[in-house]
Amino acid sequence: MPYRLIKFALSKTHPERRMFRAPAKLKDEYDAVIIGGGGHGLAAAYYLAHDHGMTNVAVVDKGYIGGGGTGRNTAIIRSNYLTPEGVRFYQGSVELFQDLSRELDLNLFYSERGHFTLAHSPASLRTQRWRAEVNKHLGIESEVVGPEFIKRTVPEIDLQVGGKQAPISGALYHPPGAIARHDAVAWAYARGADRRGAEIHQQTAVTGIDIRDGEVAGVHTDKGFIKTKKVLSAVAGWTTHITRMVGLRTPLVIHPLQALVTEPLKPWLNSIVVSASLHLYVSQSSRGELVTGASLDPYELISMRSTLGFAEGLGTGLLDLFPCLGDIKVMRQWAGLCDMTPDFSPLMGTTPVKGFYLDAGWGTWGFKATPICGKTIAFTLARDQDHELIKAFNLSRFEQFELVGEKGAASVGH
Amino acid sequence: MDRRLPPRGGEWIDRSRPVEFRFEGAAYRGFEGDVVTSALWANDVRLMGRSFKYHRPRGLYSLAGHDANVMLEDGLRTNLRGDLTAIAPGLDLHAVNTVGGVDKDWLQVMGRFSRFLPVGFYYKAFHTPRLLFPFYEKQMRKAAGLGRIDSAAVSDPSPKDYAFGDLLVVGAGPAGLSGAIAAAEHGLKVMLVDEQPRPGGSLAWQGAEHPDVSHTLNGLLERVDQLDNIELRCGTQAAGWYADHWVALADDCRLTKLRAKATLVAAGCFEQPAVFQNNDLPGVMLGSAAQRLMHLYAVKPFDRAVVLAANSDGYRVALDLHAAGVVVAAIADLRQDGEPTAVAQQAADAGIAVHRGYAVYEAVPTRGNKRVRGAVICPLDRDGNPRTDSVQQVDCDGIVVSVGWAPNGGLISQAGGRFAYSERIGQLRPQQLPEGIMAAGRVNGVFDLHDQINDGRRAGLAAAARLGQYEGDVPDIPGHRGAPPSHPYPILPHEGKKNFVDFDEDLHLTDFINAHQEGYDNIELMKRFTTVGMGPSQGKLSNINAIRILARLNGASINETGTTTSRPFHQPVPLRLLAGRRFHPQRRTPIDRWHAEAGAQMVHAGAWLRPEYYQVDGRSRDACILAEAVNVRTGVGLIDVSTLGKIQISGPDAALFLERIYTGRFTKQPVGRLRYGLACDETGVIIEDGVIARLGDDRFYVTATSGGAAAFYREMQRWALIWGTDITLINATSQLAAVNLAGPGSRDVLRELTDIDLSPEAFPYLGVRGGFVGGAAATVMRVGFVGELGYEIHVPASQSRHVWTTLMQAGRDRGIRAFGVEAQRLLRLEKGHLIVGQDTDALTNPYEADVAWAIGKDKPFFVGARSLEIVRKQPLNRRLVGLTFAAASTGPLPEECHLIIADGDIAGRVTSIAKQTTLGYPVAMAFVRPDLAEAGQVVQIRVDGGALAEAQVAGLPFYDPENIRQQTPSHR
Repeated sequence: MPYRLIKFALSKTHPERRMFRAPAKLKDEYDAVIIGGGGHGLAAAYYLAHDHGMTNVAVVDKGYIGGGGTGRNTAIIRSNYLTPEGVRFYQGSVELFQDLSRELDLNLFYSERGHFTLAHSPASLRTQRWRAEVNKHLGIESEVVGPEFIKRTVPEIDLQVGGKQAPISGALYHPPGAIARHDAVAWAYARGADRRGAEIHQQTAVTGIDIRDGEVAGVHTDKGFIKTKKVLSAVAGWTTHITRMVGLRTPLVIHPLQALVTEPLKPWLNSIVVSASLHLYVSQSSRGELVTGASLDPYELISMRSTLGFAEGLGTGLLDLFPCLGDIKVMRQWAGLCDMTPDFSPLMGTTPVKGFYLDAGWGTWGFKATPICGKTIAFTLARDQDHELIKAFNLSRFEQFELVGEKGAASVGH
Repeated sequence: MDRRLPPRGGEWIDRSRPVEFRFEGAAYRGFEGDVVTSALWANDVRLMGRSFKYHRPRGLYSLAGHDANVMLEDGLRTNLRGDLTAIAPGLDLHAVNTVGGVDKDWLQVMGRFSRFLPVGFYYKAFHTPRLLFPFYEKQMRKAAGLGRIDSAAVSDPSPKDYAFGDLLVVGAGPAGLSGAIAAAEHGLKVMLVDEQPRPGGSLAWQGAEHPDVSHTLNGLLERVDQLDNIELRCGTQAAGWYADHWVALADDCRLTKLRAKATLVAAGCFEQPAVFQNNDLPGVMLGSAAQRLMHLYAVKPFDRAVVLAANSDGYRVALDLHAAGVVVAAIADLRQDGEPTAVAQQAADAGIAVHRGYAVYEAVPTRGNKRVRGAVICPLDRDGNPRTDSVQQVDCDGIVVSVGWAPNGGLISQAGGRFAYSERIGQLRPQQLPEGIMAAGRVNGVFDLHDQINDGRRAGLAAAARLGQYEGDVPDIPGHRGAPPSHPYPILPHEGKKNFVDFDEDLHLTDFINAHQEGYDNIELMKRFTTVGMGPSQGKLSNINAIRILARLNGASINETGTTTSRPFHQPVPLRLLAGRRFHPQRRTPIDRWHAEAGAQMVHAGAWLRPEYYQVDGRSRDACILAEAVNVRTGVGLIDVSTLGKIQISGPDAALFLERIYTGRFTKQPVGRLRYGLACDETGVIIEDGVIARLGDDRFYVTATSGGAAAFYREMQRWALIWGTDITLINATSQLAAVNLAGPGSRDVLRELTDIDLSPEAFPYLGVRGGFVGGAAATVMRVGFVGELGYEIHVPASQSRHVWTTLMQAGRDRGIRAFGVEAQRLLRLEKGHLIVGQDTDALTNPYEADVAWAIGKDKPFFVGARSLEIVRKQPLNRRLVGLTFAAASTGPLPEECHLIIADGDIAGRVTSIAKQTTLGYPVAMAFVRPDLAEAGQVVQIRVDGGALAEAQVAGLPFYDPENIRQQTPSHR
């Protein structure tokens, strides 16, 4: 048993203090205000303090920390993207994640499980090979594997997919593909930011942003006005709500994304399995639940209600893939909001409004980017200059048609 | 020891049908109608499961389907709940998540380490040093989880049912039954469901000592029976409420999808635990569980009981126990003033000692923690804290808890309803109900039996009024009279830290205090940090106590504290019910049988099955494909292209519509001519291509790619609606079939079978003609996808097999052969025709794909025009080119999507390759950096294993660049 547990047994009172304070009220002025207390916003606050010494920072959230996409995603981390820009960016995230539990001193259960993206057709096998080749070129462990390898690693899988559909002809295999305890990522960054001086204000909703002469001047909240010259919007599915406040047009559209979880089972599925053809991805959490989701709902909607059709579709796909799961029960389903870009890449960095920065366009790939996004957007905000790794993701790319096309690879790219 | 009581009226068991089953290796007997838990308890088995974290002994607690600690497996199925699973002959059950059986479970040692494992302990350790984490993680994963899957398990497909009605009533208790009756009497079509195998709800087990209760129940059931417009389904849970009263009803064997016009939730309440030391011991149970045991299953719960009460229900349970021969040693009533109603006197009359202002402070276990042997009771001070200086122990083998209720209102929340705390009932009750959602009975805060019946009636009338079937007055909700049925804080601190708040997750009171201390001070954060309510019973027995604890810690009210969000499902639903029969459409062309007989090797292409090639005995796949292709080049071949999208567009705006959808020009397209069509999305990315035939002034016929046709047709419909164009779109993909007769001999073969003049002058390249082929009405298009003289013949699906065989017959002398998809792909590659989706990707624009010629000049608008105008002015990033490989090379050849490497950087990608061609050397198409796109340049391609293959850039097409094969009449 690790020695760190001993203090709990020896101590009369619980030997832990608050992970993050609950400041009574907002200050009049901050050097930066971060809208959105999810993993991204909190990571940005942490790196602002840690890397750039900016500590007079407020993170405001209309709900509670980690309550949006951070708490709703299925916690998959990988870097086997299709475009070199994407691969470099997400690889940066993987490298930060690998050491993050130590750095933030909270066990995030970062667990490398291996990630399969199944191919059921020559076309999808081609795309997997493309990704594998780009990945390998950039030094990422990524390989196209055959059906035998898949069966050996995940013996419960039915390669014939029930016999009525195209069989599994191979997969993209990405050994570093990982899962993590998503909530803990937000808490760990919250603690790290808080200890370094940033303030976290939960239940504080932003109602407007003051712009003077094309520059950010302050933020209106339901708890009062804050003077600031820098604002970061890190609100994912609510981004269009915020950009409207500063009169910024983006090509973002909001779609719901759903997920569900089964009752806990003893460990059997050690890998993360994704099938675009079956519209599903599945992994087994450290609690033993199967955590699974599908592609985006095919309509624009700002709603976090679940649908029955989603659960039925996922049930179908799961049994096609794992026929032995028929009696396994679904415990709970939920939904989140995704801010989708046309090219399935994020939307980050400086904007035409001076002092207003975007951390958006996270579609279905936001959680895995949390550390690198925090780090690079903190750089961007501190220096008012886009970090090298995120230049390609600037809003201006849509005007200039310099898109970063992850669409072909990421339709169920969790 | 047999704990079965003598037969009693209303019991659910059938004593004439004994059932033998096994649990943990031993044989037991129960009766049909028993669930596993009741049958085991009847056999005096109390230890039925182990808890999730500390592996503490657990047994029957709610007997209402929420006992997540009694999870069983039978070898095939797992995580079966003992209180939901009917016993059946031969059932051989074991508790999940034990090592060495439920009795010995070696993992109970975890309980000894509980001091080391406070809430969230796993966040605080195991991550340093990093290298050790995988080891710890493996152990923790092993320890987590409940049942094991059986990888050989196979479940039968279950059909799905669809149901429609005016009103769904959830819960067939007093409120639900009377609500259903009231609604049905006003003509509503009612679906009445109850998750229990029989109707009655609490009437079946509460108050059963009153003769008028069974009379009431029978009266309601008779009335339900008389009303033909009520469909009663027992053993059916309303698992989830979705938009517009779309409700999932799940029973043992199927999922029913119900569309109602209104929903009446009369699902009652969950009785709630009290939190005291060892409140999880087998033998501590809810009052309602003891009553269910006695009245439904005729089982005597204990011999000697102590009742912890905070409402009149507790006294009624005590009286029920007394009547069943159980000695009730004491009632400890949490309330200083005790019970105000007559049941208090009845208890006293029965000789039961009643202690007002008392708590059960601790359940005393036998050695091994497997049974209750006593209850420590103590008085409470005015603040409700236990006065531990004056504890006394009362011997007993069971402790019954009746301290309050929580609404079973998940469906109401899912529908958008909100709950608010009512001091009067000490509980949450619906505050705002969305349109069409009704609540009645206990879930609505109505606890008196007659009030429940009236409230059900009221809600039934409200439903009828809402649906326009009733115009009279709808009465008010009966107000609660008397003491609150729920105690505001039935939670007692204890330094032993075995006072559990959440049994699923083994969370005790201190865990919540500690979580709060660490900053998890709102309900959502507390839920996520402690995991309260995240176990299999989803907080049905823990959420409200967690809210009470947090409210007290924050010094806030329950309403300020709020609740977590209720999500589907009410009870977990097996995947097999959700999956149903797992329909997967599989599309076969009308000529499919012929292909099979001809030895076709079929390949999946989306939902379609198509001949990949035709197997010739003794030849390899590659050889067969090449032979088919050569035969097209030199003689004549026939391919089934029925999978092509076939879309008819007619109406005054047809040409205008096409000009907007496609990049090209169509208004001036002559009747009888074909044009290539290229379609982009708004960002200028190529999404589809096809051939557009003009059949008349306002009549067009369009083919679309096999894979993209369905999506493209949807896109056309969408745009047609947005633009309001006056056109009619018909997707004729399935009603028509198509074959492509290709090769220099095709004209000769076709000539004998058609009335169409095939002379080059009368029917030139890119012409379209109507006529008859083999007697079938046909549209014939002169296309050249494979690079040879060819005719694509579209006929009604019903006649296509005849046309196909007739063509094969007619071509026999000229050596006609069927060819498959692979040969076609090879031939089109030689001819330099791209395939959208293979030679283009999610960003490809027409300029880089070298199909900008298909963009009409000076068009006012088409989808993507604005984007392409911007793209056009920018330098190209890449270009689609041909690559040729040396014929004699023996080195490795690339696969599709291998990368072109220049100066160590990615400089392109192979999109298509054919290793054996009719040209005699391998060819490919590839995207390359513009500076590498000049014909003759040599590029390096990284192949499997990292070696570099060399290829030369070549202009497209490789084959017949002058298009001579289309222009000169073929030789005879």
